Amino acid sequence: MTAFLDSIGFNGWILPALLLLPMAGALALLVQRSMSGDTGDEAAMRSSRTIALWVFIAEAVLSLGLWWSVDVGSADWQAYIDLEWIPQWGARFTVGLDGISMVLVLLTTLLMPLAVLGGWTAIRERTHAYYALLLVLTSGMLGVFMALDLVFFYLMWELMLVPMYLIIGIWGGQRRLYASLKFFIYTFLGSLLMLVAVIWLGLETGNGGPPVFAYDAILNATRTGQVSGSFWLFGAFAMAFAVKVPMFPFHTWLPDAHVEAPTAGSVILAAIMLKMGTFGFMRFAVPLFPDVAMHPTVRTLMLVLAVVGIIYGALMALVQPDFKKLVAYSSVSHLGFVMLGIFAMTVEAMQGAMVVTVSHGISTGALFLLIGMLYERRHTRLLDDFGGIAKVMPVFAFFLTVVALSSIGLPGTNGFVGEFLVLVGSFPTQPYYALVAVTVVIFAAAYLLWAIQRIIYQPLVKPENEALRGMDLNAREIGLMVPLLVGILWLGLYPKPFLEKTAAASERLVQMTESAHTSPLRASLQRDR
Amino acid sequence: MTYDVLIPSRLMAALLPDLILMVGGMVLMLFSAWRRDSAEHQRSVGLAAMALIVVTIGAVVWMAMGGATAPTNGPIAVDGFRWVTDIVVLLAALATIALAVEYNARHGISHPESHVLVLFGTAGMMILAAGRDLMVVFLGIEIMSVAVYVLTGLNRRSARAAEASLKYFLLGAFATGFLLYGIALVYGATGTTQFTEISTAIREYNLHEHPMLWVGIGLMLIGLGFKVAAVPFHMWAPDVYDGSPTPTSAFMIAAVKAAAFATFLRLWYEGFYYTSTVWHSAVWWLAAITMVVGNVVALAQGNIKRMLAYSSIAHAGYLLVTVASANGAGTSAFLFYIFAYTLATFGAFAVIGVLEHGGDRPAMIWDYEGLWHTRPWLASAMAVFMLALLGFPFFGGIGFFAKWYVLQAALASPQMLASLAVILVLTSLVSAGYYLQVVRVMFMKQRPEGAVEPPAIGAFTRAVIGVTAVLILGFGLFPSQLVRVGEGSGMPQYPFSPALGIKVPAPLR
Repeated sequence: MTAFLDSIGFNGWILPALLLLPMAGALALLVQRSMSGDTGDEAAMRSSRTIALWVFIAEAVLSLGLWWSVDVGSADWQAYIDLEWIPQWGARFTVGLDGISMVLVLLTTLLMPLAVLGGWTAIRERTHAYYALLLVLTSGMLGVFMALDLVFFYLMWELMLVPMYLIIGIWGGQRRLYASLKFFIYTFLGSLLMLVAVIWLGLETGNGGPPVFAYDAILNATRTGQVSGSFWLFGAFAMAFAVKVPMFPFHTWLPDAHVEAPTAGSVILAAIMLKMGTFGFMRFAVPLFPDVAMHPTVRTLMLVLAVVGIIYGALMALVQPDFKKLVAYSSVSHLGFVMLGIFAMTVEAMQGAMVVTVSHGISTGALFLLIGMLYERRHTRLLDDFGGIAKVMPVFAFFLTVVALSSIGLPGTNGFVGEFLVLVGSFPTQPYYALVAVTVVIFAAAYLLWAIQRIIYQPLVKPENEALRGMDLNAREIGLMVPLLVGILWLGLYPKPFLEKTAAASERLVQMTESAHTSPLRASLQRDR
Repeated sequence: MTYDVLIPSRLMAALLPDLILMVGGMVLMLFSAWRRDSAEHQRSVGLAAMALIVVTIGAVVWMAMGGATAPTNGPIAVDGFRWVTDIVVLLAALATIALAVEYNARHGISHPESHVLVLFGTAGMMILAAGRDLMVVFLGIEIMSVAVYVLTGLNRRSARAAEASLKYFLLGAFATGFLLYGIALVYGATGTTQFTEISTAIREYNLHEHPMLWVGIGLMLIGLGFKVAAVPFHMWAPDVYDGSPTPTSAFMIAAVKAAAFATFLRLWYEGFYYTSTVWHSAVWWLAAITMVVGNVVALAQGNIKRMLAYSSIAHAGYLLVTVASANGAGTSAFLFYIFAYTLATFGAFAVIGVLEHGGDRPAMIWDYEGLWHTRPWLASAMAVFMLALLGFPFFGGIGFFAKWYVLQAALASPQMLASLAVILVLTSLVSAGYYLQVVRVMFMKQRPEGAVEPPAIGAFTRAVIGVTAVLILGFGLFPSQLVRVGEGSGMPQYPFSPALGIKVPAPLR
């Protein structure tokens, strides 16, 4: 496989192709719409969703090659492309991957077709615009994971914001206007502070000459103590990423946005967009400013917020009457694990953070898809409106049980591997935080098992639920759940290939951070004070 | 070619584009008075005026490509800064007339002189862009202002336009008084009205602690603050921008502001650079307060023109940051910014003009409810203009890089401007509240029952909307050519000599 990919020069064009293909797809949708005239009828819906699905499938198939073509052991960036963009400002079009970002790119490209299938029949209005926005959003998400130039990174980071804002605001639920604006303002606040930090970093790295925004050059500059004000810079980056993760107490946009977004929007938000926050910590905030990130006070603060997020998210999930909101709060809890793993700063914990990142994407994505399927049939998400669904929709009940168990972290599923690794990895360095975090396994079991008990078990008393008989999952819905189930079991039973892919990058990250932390370079921090 | 502008004939040659516009404007004035007022006559004068502007742009480009220069001690400058400012105000004038030809026809305004007044106002702006002498600056401001006073009151049937015109005239005259008194005091302190000679005098006689100069600079700051609508000298702006005919509002918001800022920057940079300890904190606070007040008050507006008026005040605050950064990058950032800002403003006001109801009723934001459902392209274009004003990347295109450039100039400045940069981005966050309000109303609401369908759009208006939107998005992806022009046309980094004992705050590190 590797030889074949080399022979077609796969690494030389794959990343720009992955970025441009969705854009081209969006353009094709607009052209198709203006050619045919949007009549808003069935035909328009069919044509637009078919085009979008094929583009996403092509994207997924293309990206699969990365699994083989990316040499994760190498210290160099893989599939690296570096083109001139705005020479006067030192901004370049630079993309490249390592093990961590490769996994996240694959997560994105493989989930997107499923997200489209999840909203296959639910989105009936303005479908051309909807799918065009989904495609543009995909470009932005992929760009964030690939970018190795901070200007390009910032552009891609913001690129995601408007499509998601419109997707929530136009196709969302009752309180969509409120939720979409809140989402936009929170995220925009974080990214604007990051904008100032990016420009400052570029100017300081340029050192009086034209600014330099290349990731490697900036990494070099911050580690040799050339950049001043690293405390504030870390703060600005951490703020942007903490809002996105979201860390407690910046999480309040998340339940609103998740609940009001259409199914595909929720899936993308939970499975991919939240991961940009944790990815940002791994790629930018921590390695660029190891002195600050590993400073005892800052580290304690981040660890406390991570653990508070874990517990708080779980407790809030316990009392939610709305299933979607419950899952949203469980995201806060899971992402807390990722943050714990990152700031524990051991290789196992970092690896665990990556597994939680991906497995949360799979499990929570699957949960949102299942909620969407149920909502399409019953037009409610309140747990108390259900009961006894297992009797009328056995296939649905099967999938919901398996996915919920994986989200709880049952051994043998993906959730277990990630949380276990995080806990094992953080116990040697941060035993107290690990001890507190471990209790959440009980809460997770409580809120999810109680929820599925109320939905699919209990007596079947409500006539509305009785009417669901014969409306079990159709072939499309089963077809889109099966890949997710395979992912759950694969990561749960045999995570070795996955761990091998992220091992080298995690090790490098930990080793780089620790070495900067314990070396004389700390002098640069002292000088700042 | 070097124009020795102290020799009258060479001065005339260096003013070639300005003279083309002025002489052509006067001929057109005669032509417009030749026939009775009528819709066709109005249109033909408008077309002729547009042709004249295109010729003038050609002359400016020809002069700029020829690499013309002039000694720095003349009454006017011949440099890239002047040419880029000229091109921006000329493009603004072109768009104004293109919009006005159709706007006037729709609103029953049949005075062909209105287009000629735009030409005269533009001539004044070009003089401002060139002026390197306080007397020339004063001439430029008056030529510009008198034309605009008339333009604001063009719609004689509208009470709000009459109010706007009177208010602008009275306050403008008042502000001119401040400016003139400031000029007199600066002349009294330095013995010259020529920018670079002022600078030399300040350096040689150590005048930067001279109280008469302080007062003079302060009064000029107030006078120019009025013209660019900086807080607390902004009170006239919302009423005037709201009451004027829509093309005139756009012309004032983009071009008048650009020209006033051009002379502001040139005077502060070439003339008062060595007294920056005196004015720096004043400009800092002016910028900070202008950004905060403009953005916060804009949040509360329901009338879209008033909202954009307050937003234009906020943008004056952003531009004041370039003045405060007092470096060559600041002048380049300014040129880039006004180009981007002019595009977005004209696009937005073209859309507003299309959607305005007849009569004297103000245009409210909720008139735009569900616009996307009936006019998807128009709504999408408006969303692009709003996001460009917000400075959002990709969808707002060039607007993002304009803000980027200003931030970069501020952070690279020898002054301590990181705090001002943070204020800039935080107030930008506030501005998201009102720019997105327009997007949200257009895209996320249903079209109300019985809403009046927007009329068909004329060819010129359509062209203005299309061209501005395409330029915003295109330059938003590939801004490097534009950056090159801006960088090449900014003022050179000022030579600073520490031997003179003038304290400039230490660089960031």
